[in-house]
This record gives sequence, structure tokens and C-alpha cells, in this order.
Amino acid sequence: MSFRGAVVTFPGSNCDRDMAVALEAVSGAPAIRVWHGDAELPDDLDFIALPGGFSYGDYLRSGAMAAKSPVMRSVIAAADRGVPVLGVCNGFQVLTESGLLPGALMRNGSQNFICRTVELKVENSQSLFTSRYEAGEIIRIPLAHHDGNYFADEDTLDRLEGEGRVAFRYVEKVNGSRRDIAGVLNAAGNVLGMMPHPERAIDPAHGGTDGRKLFESVIEALVRA
Amino acid sequence: MKARVFVSLKPGVLDPQGRAVHHALEGLGFSGVEDVRVGRMIEMDVADNVTDEALDDMCRKLLANMVIENYRIEKLETA
Repeated sequence: MSFRGAVVTFPGSNCDRDMAVALEAVSGAPAIRVWHGDAELPDDLDFIALPGGFSYGDYLRSGAMAAKSPVMRSVIAAADRGVPVLGVCNGFQVLTESGLLPGALMRNGSQNFICRTVELKVENSQSLFTSRYEAGEIIRIPLAHHDGNYFADEDTLDRLEGEGRVAFRYVEKVNGSRRDIAGVLNAAGNVLGMMPHPERAIDPAHGGTDGRKLFESVIEALVRA
Repeated sequence: MKARVFVSLKPGVLDPQGRAVHHALEGLGFSGVEDVRVGRMIEMDVADNVTDEALDDMCRKLLANMVIENYRIEKLETA
């Protein structure tokens, strides 16, 4: 079967092309581009990516306006049906603001915009998005954000840890995130939000290819299904 | 009427922005400032028939993020 992966573009998204290139490089199929004002998603999508950027200029709160845009109603419905959804950086912020993932992403503890490659520990290697990684594997993925400081109350954090929903953790302190959480899964395991950019680490020319396995994990699982 | 919504971080949620502002105030030589929390005020002109419940709903659905923020609504009757 041919993989049908979509990338949603909001006004102010700026990693949508990188995400589409990554999907195309790994799946071999063209990425379907969706605009924020589209009320309906194309039929029979296998995968939806919400890219990084500064949707709606980060007005009100990062991701808050995009979370209420017409296309997100369809994305939420698709996620509820079990369609895999990946949100990276601003996409992660949109997922928490829309309620698809718990918690919130606040201004970095340092107040600074952080732009560098960091080490992540793969905490859950059993998920749809991480099955090609080894448990505990250390990977290097670039990040670039101002609001990546993950916050959730202690009960929620305990639940996330207990249910294996912390997908990635920063190896060193990066942005003030509670328990150094870099990426979280929803309860059903079909929605992943993460601040680092796996789509920026899929080609040796990027300086590393550690992000490639994330796309391979989800695409291979879908093509096998 | 005018409705003002004051959005503030919940107690216990660290406010790095407030901390930076606090530090800057001290740098300017102001003493006696014990804590600074930065929030947001949203002012709306709304029709008189907009109910308190509707205002509350606006806050919960968009204006505040209930994971990290509290809100307070203040209504000002306009002549």
C-alpha cells in the first residue's frame, strides 16, 4: 500500500517543508499538504504531522490559536479514531493546547531561545513512534524553541511515567522541563508530542540521522498493518 | 459593557519571566520587592446580553490555559 501522510501548515509554521521532506524520504510517497483553514482532512490518512514554527505568531500562548483552527477539529477526530499524530515543537504546543496531550509548554526556564543539538534518552521503545530504537538508547536531535519547558502537575507526571508515556527525556537539563521530559504520548499511544526536531536529523548532511528511526518506526508499522 | 479578564499563573507554577523582571527591578536599585508574577490582561467590549457563564466559557476554552493559569473576570458597565 502507499503511505498517506499529511503535514498541516498553519500561518507561521516554518518546519512544514522539512517535515514533508522527511516523510517523503522515509516513506517514498509524496506528503499530502493540508492548510489550517481546511475544515476536512483528506480521506484515509495514515499519519498526520503538526510541524514546528510560530503558528499565529504565538499570539495569546504558543499553539493556542492553532489549536482552535478549523483543521484541528478534524485532527482531533482522526486522533480519536486512532490515526497516528506527531507534533514537533510548535506542533507539540498545539497538541497540549488542543487537549490531545496533557500538560503545557511554558517559557524556557532560562528565558532564552535555545537552538542546539541535544542528547535524548529513549524511555519507551515499544511505542508506535519509537519501536526501531533500543530502550535507553541515547540519540542526538536538534532543538530550537523558546517555549519548551514542559509542565504538568505531580499526579499527571506520575501517571505519565507509570504508563510509559514519557517517550523521550533530555539527558541534561535543557529548558526547565519537569522531570526533563522531552516527548510524551497520549493514553492510546497514537499521539506523540516532542520539542526536539526528528525531521532535522534524517540525512547525513544534517549532521546526524538519529531522527530517521522515528519515521521508520511509524511508517513500517503502518505499512505492515 | 467592558469585560476584563486577568490571567495569572497558578501558585506553585514557576514564573521565569517574573523572576527576570524581579531581578531587573533589583538591578535598577528598587528594594523591597519580594516577588514578581507576570500575567496578562485581556479587555473585551461585549454586548450587555453576554452572560457570566459565556464569559467563563471563553476563559476556559481559550483565554486561559487551565493547566497552568487562573483567571479572574471584572465587568465594567459602560454608560
